[in-house]
Amino acid sequence: MKRRDFLYLSGIGATALMLPGLPSLGNPVDQAAALEYVDVKIKKELADAALNTAKAKGASYADVRIGRYFNQAIITRENRVQNIGSGESYGVGIRVIANGCWGFAATNLMTKEGMAATAAKAVAVAKANAKIGGKPVELAPQKGYGEVSWKTPIEKNAFEVPIKEKVDLLLNANGIATAAGASFVNSSIFAVNEQKYFASTDGSYIDQDIHRIYPNFTISKVDRELGVFETIRGSSSPKGLGYEYLTPSDSEKVTGVVTRYKNRYDLLEDIKQMSRVASEKVMAKSVEPGKYDLVLDPSHLWLTIHESVGHPTELDRVLGYEANFAGTSFLTLDKWRSKNFHFGSEHVNIVGDKLQYGSLGAVGYDDEGVKCGKWDIIKDGVLVNYQAIRDQAHIIGLNASQGCCYAQSWSDVQFQRMPNVSLQPGKTPLSVDEMIKNVKKGIYIIGDGSFSIDQQRYNFQFGGQMFYEIKDGKIAGMLNDVAYQANTQEFWNSCVAVCDEKDYRLGGSFNDGKGQPSQSSAVSHGSSTARFNGVNVINTKRKIG
Amino acid sequence: MPILSKEEAQALLKKVLSYSKAEECEASLFGSEGGNIRYALNAVSTAGDISTTGLSVTSAYGKKSASANIDEFDDAALERVVRRSEELAQLAPENPEREEMPGPATFKEAITYNPKTAAMTPDTRADLVAKSLDVTKKAGLSAAGFLENSTTFSAVMNSKGFFAYNKGTNVIFSVTTRNDAGTASGYAARGFTDVSKLDTESATRIATMKANASIGARALEPGKYTVILEPVAATYLLENMFRFDARSADEGRSFLSKKGGGTRLGEQLMDEKVTIYSDPFDPDLPASTWGRDGLPREKTVWIDKGVVKTLSYNRYYAKKKGVAPQAGPENIIMMGGNTSLEEMIKSTEKGILVSRLWYIRMVDPQVLLLTGLTRDGTFYIENGEIKFPVKNFRFNESPVIMLNNLEALGKPERSISVESYRSYMIPPMKVRDFTFSSLSDAV
Repeated sequence: MKRRDFLYLSGIGATALMLPGLPSLGNPVDQAAALEYVDVKIKKELADAALNTAKAKGASYADVRIGRYFNQAIITRENRVQNIGSGESYGVGIRVIANGCWGFAATNLMTKEGMAATAAKAVAVAKANAKIGGKPVELAPQKGYGEVSWKTPIEKNAFEVPIKEKVDLLLNANGIATAAGASFVNSSIFAVNEQKYFASTDGSYIDQDIHRIYPNFTISKVDRELGVFETIRGSSSPKGLGYEYLTPSDSEKVTGVVTRYKNRYDLLEDIKQMSRVASEKVMAKSVEPGKYDLVLDPSHLWLTIHESVGHPTELDRVLGYEANFAGTSFLTLDKWRSKNFHFGSEHVNIVGDKLQYGSLGAVGYDDEGVKCGKWDIIKDGVLVNYQAIRDQAHIIGLNASQGCCYAQSWSDVQFQRMPNVSLQPGKTPLSVDEMIKNVKKGIYIIGDGSFSIDQQRYNFQFGGQMFYEIKDGKIAGMLNDVAYQANTQEFWNSCVAVCDEKDYRLGGSFNDGKGQPSQSSAVSHGSSTARFNGVNVINTKRKIG
Repeated sequence: MPILSKEEAQALLKKVLSYSKAEECEASLFGSEGGNIRYALNAVSTAGDISTTGLSVTSAYGKKSASANIDEFDDAALERVVRRSEELAQLAPENPEREEMPGPATFKEAITYNPKTAAMTPDTRADLVAKSLDVTKKAGLSAAGFLENSTTFSAVMNSKGFFAYNKGTNVIFSVTTRNDAGTASGYAARGFTDVSKLDTESATRIATMKANASIGARALEPGKYTVILEPVAATYLLENMFRFDARSADEGRSFLSKKGGGTRLGEQLMDEKVTIYSDPFDPDLPASTWGRDGLPREKTVWIDKGVVKTLSYNRYYAKKKGVAPQAGPENIIMMGGNTSLEEMIKSTEKGILVSRLWYIRMVDPQVLLLTGLTRDGTFYIENGEIKFPVKNFRFNESPVIMLNNLEALGKPERSISVESYRSYMIPPMKVRDFTFSSLSDAV
């Protein structure tokens, strides 16, 4: 018997539920303990205590999420480390339905008594709210899976990698940028590990171990005489991977005007090329506003997909549940019911996918115990589906949830969150060079920049990191001050080609905000480079006195 | 457990520091207790009662330091988090910018805590929401809203004798009212330290009025317009400007950087009607009297009659530049004028009244160029009268340029940012030549 199991079973309670330290902070003594997980037997006992109390207090349904969340951040600028931080959070969130209404309560008092008191509080919250009235919650049926588990398929746990190795990598990268003429350089590595245990009155006990990583840098180039500065970010993406993401691999590189990366990233190579690009960006000519054909790299297009396809196809937005904050959606149910709403051109095929390797949204089961999968959202340009959770599935005629429920922590209530939403590659062979060759007057945009979209997702404006002018099928140099504005439906209908699967890559957001109180989630969006004709480009240059 | 008294926090922090073997150690505790109700389609959608407490420990050896956090409080956990921060600190490379931890200091007692707000329960929250729903149900509109109350505390102690404690309360409420046809939308938001000031019924009535008035919006050509920004709209736009940091300005990467080098301190950057300051003892917007950096928060004028008056310096950078450290703003109050919203409308020949802005993001940090959209009540004004509702606009504008084009200010009110939920004291304002760049079909 392990020490903490003994302490737990001896009834000492919360003070005894020893949790290991943050895995591998470089200390060999700490490391052995750090990679121990809380025994599932203990988690099951705690969960059952909560479920039993909830039922006894009158809940018709209850679920329990026991979460241990680890994070590590290493933040540097130029030749120094600004911060090394690590966080650990352990607690439980209990959600119930009582008198037809949801109630939720959370605590970090991890004893059977803590479970019972919190479950009772959740039932009290549900009953208080039921007095206000409204339609009773209708849950899609969900069979219990019994005791199951899932783990992100990582090769190297980022928390096992010594801090020194990470610091050395970042400072080495900063040195390359400084030597190449960067005025300032900031770099960081963030790593997250969610150890989540879900149990419900449906009979599921699901243990999951989820990993994410995000290395990045920003280079600033300042011209004090001219009083101007430019910044450029690295080409990495946040990923649902372990530290193996930082092991360069030639087969995971996409070459071109700059090198871009798939599921393995070469930080040192990238910071070298971006130092050169930053210098070019300061000298780049200001764009002439007007209509252009846009060639959008996956490192840029992911964000346009996220904002203009991902968010408007969230069923809770469509129904009005997000009206007070992020807004509603122009993709109303009548458009879906018509089976004939042309969201985009025939080249536009978009899927929801909770399983994709390397993606931020990949999990075995969502936060209400639903096994995850993949489905069409836009098929041959037509709106065919949304993203739903258990209490919404019946509204779109589904007899099961699509597994899109997530909470950022044990202390937050789970709700509908975007799965990975991705544009499928073109079915006929097409390279980026071939795509550019046919563009007469265009702009090739790489990397994501400024972004803004209205509360029903019609009108958007996007910037980028790098803008290359295309003249008569050739790249004619770098541009600056570029942003494009469009209407979502017009934009996706102007998509005339998508490159083939060889160019397919994932971009993503480590922190996508939604809800009240706002919660963060991590989500990826994949695509190959795509072409959009006749998009309105504005010049963003302004001056202050 | 979540909210510790000053004495309880002091005792716990002393215990944490007793485990320290580092040259310097700082422990900080924070806790939050409260709950929320989210409602939509005139019924509760989610609600919760949440309490959390956390501990962060920073250990330092010379110029090497690191921190670790935990939310467990048994003796073993306390010792573990201290050891972890020490192990991390020993592994950390030297940071030449690390300053020694501050010694003993005394701070004035803040006025941030209100017992009535702290005493809120699931039932009092449900009652406040029920009042809001009564209004929308009677008006035949659908409401989506959010009510959240919280009591928070923070306490910091270090091995050099520094100790500080603060406790505060906050309640925020916002509501969006829409019609079934999706052609009307109105909004109101409120934030207070004292819940007895919160009137969810009257706020919802305003949102309802805006929604009904917004039906039948017409399209106007985008371009430069005189705009009247209500406080909720102005707050969200200006929030992006409230960083008055000396270092980024010196480094040439801020809107406060001077061409050729240096900062714009002392320069007239905006219209002389603009005065922006912080004051922890503002009765409508109280704030903590100290910050995590160990520096006091006192009344500080950042922009004085349009002139950049003060920039913030952390302790390292202050020493490097040979100036006194100056903490950044803990709260923001923009002085107002005597023009009421009605008078602003009356004096406008042709303009746009903006109720709320949405999805504001930075386009160009050099000039603080922002983009975003109007939302939930945008109206055309002609010859001193509101003529009709208009379709929403996207704007591309800089708050610095905007505050150069200022025509009139009203009385400041406590407004919450619709994205960060932070509270500010901001007046309604009338501004000329505000740049709308395209139209949106969104309602």
